[in-house]
Formats: sequence, structure tokens, C-alpha cells
Amino acid sequence: MTRFWTRLCVVLTVILGVNYVAWRWLASLNWEAWWIAVPLVIAETYSLIDVMLFGLTVWNLKIRKPPPAAPDTATVDVFITTYNEPLDLVMTTALAAKDIRWPHSTWILDDGNRPEMRELAESNGIGYVTRGADWTPDMPRHAKAGNLNNALMVTSGEYLLILDADQIPEPDILDKTLGYFNDDRVALVQTPQYFINVPADDPLGSQAPLFYGPIQQGKDGWNAAFFCGSNAILRREALMQLGLVGYVKATEKSVRRALAASRSAIKKARRSAEAENPLVEQMLNEVEAATESAQQELEAGASLSEITYRVRRKVDDAVRTLVAADFSALQSDLEEIAAMELAHVGESGVTTVASDAVDRMSGRDWSPLGALESVHAVLDAISVERTDEAQPIMPLATISVTEDMATAMRLHALGWKSVYHHEILANGLAPEDIKTMLTQRLRWAQGTMQVLLRENPLVQRRLTWGQRLMYFSTMWSYLSGFAAVVYFAAPIIYLTLGILPVTSLSFDFFIRFIPFMVVNQMLFVIAGHGIPTWRGQQYSLALFPTWIKACTTAARNVWFGRPLGFAVTPKARQSGGPSWSLIRPQIIVAALLALAMVVGVLRLLSGMSEPLGTLVNVAWVTFDLVVLSVLVKAVLYKGFVPEELAAPEGPESPERPERPEERNADAV
Amino acid sequence: MQFSYEVRDTYAEVKGVGRLNMVAAPKLREVVAEVVAGGSSRVVVNLAETDFMDSSGLGALIGCLKAARQAGGDLRISGVQPQVKMVLELTNMDRVLTAYSSAEEAFGND
Repeated sequence: MTRFWTRLCVVLTVILGVNYVAWRWLASLNWEAWWIAVPLVIAETYSLIDVMLFGLTVWNLKIRKPPPAAPDTATVDVFITTYNEPLDLVMTTALAAKDIRWPHSTWILDDGNRPEMRELAESNGIGYVTRGADWTPDMPRHAKAGNLNNALMVTSGEYLLILDADQIPEPDILDKTLGYFNDDRVALVQTPQYFINVPADDPLGSQAPLFYGPIQQGKDGWNAAFFCGSNAILRREALMQLGLVGYVKATEKSVRRALAASRSAIKKARRSAEAENPLVEQMLNEVEAATESAQQELEAGASLSEITYRVRRKVDDAVRTLVAADFSALQSDLEEIAAMELAHVGESGVTTVASDAVDRMSGRDWSPLGALESVHAVLDAISVERTDEAQPIMPLATISVTEDMATAMRLHALGWKSVYHHEILANGLAPEDIKTMLTQRLRWAQGTMQVLLRENPLVQRRLTWGQRLMYFSTMWSYLSGFAAVVYFAAPIIYLTLGILPVTSLSFDFFIRFIPFMVVNQMLFVIAGHGIPTWRGQQYSLALFPTWIKACTTAARNVWFGRPLGFAVTPKARQSGGPSWSLIRPQIIVAALLALAMVVGVLRLLSGMSEPLGTLVNVAWVTFDLVVLSVLVKAVLYKGFVPEELAAPEGPESPERPERPEERNADAV
Repeated sequence: MQFSYEVRDTYAEVKGVGRLNMVAAPKLREVVAEVVAGGSSRVVVNLAETDFMDSSGLGALIGCLKAARQAGGDLRISGVQPQVKMVLELTNMDRVLTAYSSAEEAFGND
């Protein structure tokens, strides 16, 4: 029955929303003030699309029944990922993981490589994994994705339960979830992330009841439930398949690129000074012949290992032959010299070139080819070893700092299914100070934008349209920072300058706007089953500087290769007084809003503006201020104090990714 | 899964009997590492009696290929059974590895 009402609300929201926004575009734009009128109508359109995507999500809300029992033979590795979390925190989780009832192996994946951690793990009978020898310092580490990829190579369970260091699992977490994998196309089961160190009023907006509820259940309905990095069970086979497909793709791409680059590298080398040496010239000819025949073989469909092996062999053989010839010439020169000088020197003997010198000088680094760096680089790249990564198979995606979302999308594109299991089976810790919270939200937003810019879901042909839109929906929600700026600016402009972006605040406006707003809010109430969503709505507007920064830094990163520039989140609560400087842009906006309100009232009193416009905009400003007020609470928040005195030690706030998709239901 | 190997004139043959899955994958890696460390970097993995392979098994083959190449040699596969052939195609791994019909043939022409 709820489904009927939800869908009715969605339909009404779409009809009334399109009716309103279309009227805004076609009949109500104040072109004289286009510089605010156009941004505002764009922001409103943005919000309409946002709510439509939410509607699409909850349209297919899936409420699952418990799965059947899993076969006893199912083997599981439990991975606890850590980098620098306090040892006792990690051990609490690890010991809880060890107590999970389903037979399994527990592993601590310690990216901090701490001897004390190893000792603690081993003395408690828990496996300990750290990066292997292949992860040399010149290889990209890929943070958590790299940590997991490394562990996948040294363990062998059929399924992997992934836990962040601060997510304490329930003993029955596997009993309740493994059965979903009886469907052998299921690759992922995600359970909610819930935080136990959050007071009822949730000042930092840590809980994400809308995301770990209707949004994930809705995505599940489209077979697009997301992987959220922790509290999830994955099928090893699916991940490994992803790794293999990625490996083949990357290898083929790099071989093609190297072959294409070889022509210009050889041309360039021919112009260099070294090429005057006839030996080098001959070598270049050999390299050219080898890469050209490799190109032909590639087009003919030969396997990459054969092609690359042959290039290597041909080049190495040619180099060897030429170097040997050169050395024998040298040898005969030496002999001639020796013969000439024999009379003078007497029994000094003939100098000989050591036989291993030929081998040495034929090595790629030593031969004259080694001096031609561009050619050298091209030859190195014609390989199947994926020399730019520590290990050839990288199952978890490394294109984003949110490897989870990117990985899930690729799994879906390979035709795997995902499940959202709506039951709290692990209890985590949320950040307890605004600084840590902001760092996390930024990181998550940046990662999401990286995925959008690198692998836009809308053009992934192997995803269904439902799946594409589910991924796009989350990405779209992160553009809200730009809309928020407009929503703050428009009432300020009216109250201080008297410029209205709408032609008139007439009956025409209210008759279209109010029904849309009402049905929109009803949609959230019905779809959310009365879940508290206000905190989420506040944060999605109030953190506008974070969202904007995420978009700009991610774009710079993807398009221009600049670093994202995020620091590792500090684990302990930040000490010191309230950090107002973290929300400076919001304080400025709030001051401007308050000032505009005063000016607006003065203008009204002096007859410079009309009552209705002032009233609407004062109400709007008040709403904006109430939204922003959440940050005052956040800055002043001193960390979690349990109601029953149970927390003797200083509270920890480990890194927790947040789902910021707790949506803003605002249009205007 | 049982592995055995034999060093021939120009290559070493590693034989796997049974299922090359996630449990056997690390073992294959160890065996090939041992062979390569013993000085035979030209390795044929004979799969004639491997009746099942999963993605972890294939992943291990890639790891072994890397090890052999870094030692200056190569790793090839032979005697691929229908299920293994299917897995190779499913993951596009047939773009990377050529399946030779027999171990002798794998290094036959070089």
C-alpha cells in the first residue's frame, strides 16, 4: 500500500514540478535581471531533476525477505582494513570479527605496517596482512583499494566480509547475509552503516537513515544497490573477474599506445646525436621492424603475450648480435694494436674483451639503445606485466578515492547483481568533531565526482538505464553546492536591491509553486516512513562550500592530473576550542542574509518595496538561516557522551565515509 | 589440486591435476616461483588435466607470467579444457594468453 502512495506522490511531484519549472522558464523570467533570474531558474531545474531522480529511486523500493540458508561449504575471509587507527580500536573489531559464528578466517589488513599490530593479531590468532614485496615505493599504493587488492592475492575464501577498523560486527552477520549468494549472479551484499556514538539530535549529521533505507532499497529495486566500502560481503570470483577484465583492458591499451608511440620515438632517436653511430642506426632499424610487425600481428588478432614476447626477443637478439659484432671488431683492433706493439712491449700478451661484457652490454640498460630514452621507454611499455602497477590484477577499482562506488558500478556493468540487506549488523563510530566530518564529506564527494568524470554512468553501455540513473542520481546530488549559492543570493538581492528574478509574485506563481512544494515534502515523508530527514536536508545545503570544492578539485584532478589535496583524516577528536574558521563562508553568508533581512524591512517601512515580496523573501531568508544554524551546533559539539556513564576513555573518531545523499527537498 | 613439474631441455613443464580455483591459486604461484628460481624461466603450465579454473586461477597464471617475464623468460599454457577455454573467453584473457595444444608445442618455434 505504501508503494502505491509513494508512486502516486512521485507522479504528482513530477507533474507539478514540471508544470512549475516550465512556467518559470517560459513565462516568468525577469529578463531585465537575467544575471540572477537565469541562475535561479537553472538552480530550480537542478532541484527538480534531483527530486525526480529521488522519485525514480523510491519508485522500485525493494523490501527483501530473509535469504535462504547458505551451503555449509561456503568459505569466508573477514577483512579488517586499517591504516593508523589506535590498536585497541582495531583489536575490538578484530575480536568481534573472530567471534562471528559462521566458520571464517579473520585478517587484519594493516596498511600502517605496525609491528605491534602484527604481534597483537598473531597473539590473538588473527591473520595479519601487509603489503607484499611487489609494492615498491615507486608503485602507486591506491590507499584502501590497494590494501584490499593486496590481501586478495594472499587469501582464498569464496566470500569476503569487509569491515572498517571501527565497524564492530554482530556474530550473526554472515548467517543473515551469505544465503543471498545462493543466486550465483550475486556479487555483493551491502548492510547499513550505523553509528553508536551519535546523540539523538545527531549534530554532525552522521547517521544516514535516508540513504541506508529508502535510497539503498530503491537502488536495490533497480539492481543497483551500492557498495559502501564497509559492512559488505563480496564474492571473490566476481572481484577477480573484474580484475582480469581490467588487466586485459589496461594491457591492450598500453601495448597499443606503446606501439603507436614507437614510430615517433624512433624518428626522434634517428635525429639525435647518438644515431650517427652506425651501430645505433642498425639497432633502430631492428626496433622499427619489430614494432611494425607487432602492430600487424595485433591487428591480425594474435595474443598480447605472444606479440610482446616476440618484440622483446627480436630486439634483444638484434642488440646482442650487433653488440657482439661491435665487440669482435674491437677485439680485432686490439689484436692489431697488440701485434704492432709487440716488438716494443715484448711479452705483454694480447688484451682480450671479457666474454661476459657482451652480455652486460646487450642488457637493455647498457646497450647503446639504453641511451635513447624514448625508445627505451616504448620498449618497456610493450609488455604484459603491467609494470606501472604493483600487481597486474587490481580487482578493486583505483580510479577514485571512493573505490567502493567505482567497483560496484563495474560489477554491475559485468552483469553481476547486488543486494541491499536492510538490517544493522555492524555498529560503527562516527566522527565527533566538525573538522573530521568535513574532511570525510569532502573526500566522499571528491571520489564520487572522480567516478562521474572518469566513468560517467550515463554512457556505460552495459548498465541498464535504471542502473545508470541510480549512479547518476548520487553524483547529481553533489552538484547541490552551486544551487545553494543561488538560493542564498536570490533573497539577498531582492531584499537589498529590490530586484526580483521572477516577473511577479502573483497568484500565477503561488498556484504553481505551493502544490509542488507540498507534494514534494509529502514524497519525503511517505518514502521515508517518518525517518528523520531534516538533518540531512540541512547539511546538503549548509555544506555548500565542501560540495563546490569537491567538484572543482575532482575536475582539476581528472582533467589536469592535479592532486586532490586531501589530508588523511585525523583519528582522534581535534582538541582546542571551537573551530569557527572551518565554516567561514557559511558565517559570511549568514551575516549577509541577516543584514539583508534588516535592509529589506527598512526598505519596506520606507515604502521602497512591496509587502508580499518582502514577506516571501524574509521567510526564505529565515529558512536559509535555520538551515545554516546546524553548523553552530556542529562547531560547538564537544564529542559524544554516552547517557549512561560508560565511556571512560577519550572518545575516538575514526575515519568514516558518510553518505551525503540525505537529500535536499528544496526547490527555491 | 596437485602440481608437479619437470625441467626439460628448453623449458620447464608444470602440470596441474584437478581444480585450479581460489584455494589452488596460491599453490600454483609458489610452484612456478620455485621453478623460476631454479633457473627455468621458460615455463609451460600444462592444463590437460585441469578440468576447472576460476578467475583466481587465471589471476595466478598472470602473476606467474609476470614472474617468468621478469626473469627473462615466458609462461605459456597448453592443453586447455572446454571449461577453462570458456573462462578465458569470458574474461577476455584469450586476448593475452595463447592456448597451445601441447606442452611441446608451446615453445616449439623458439
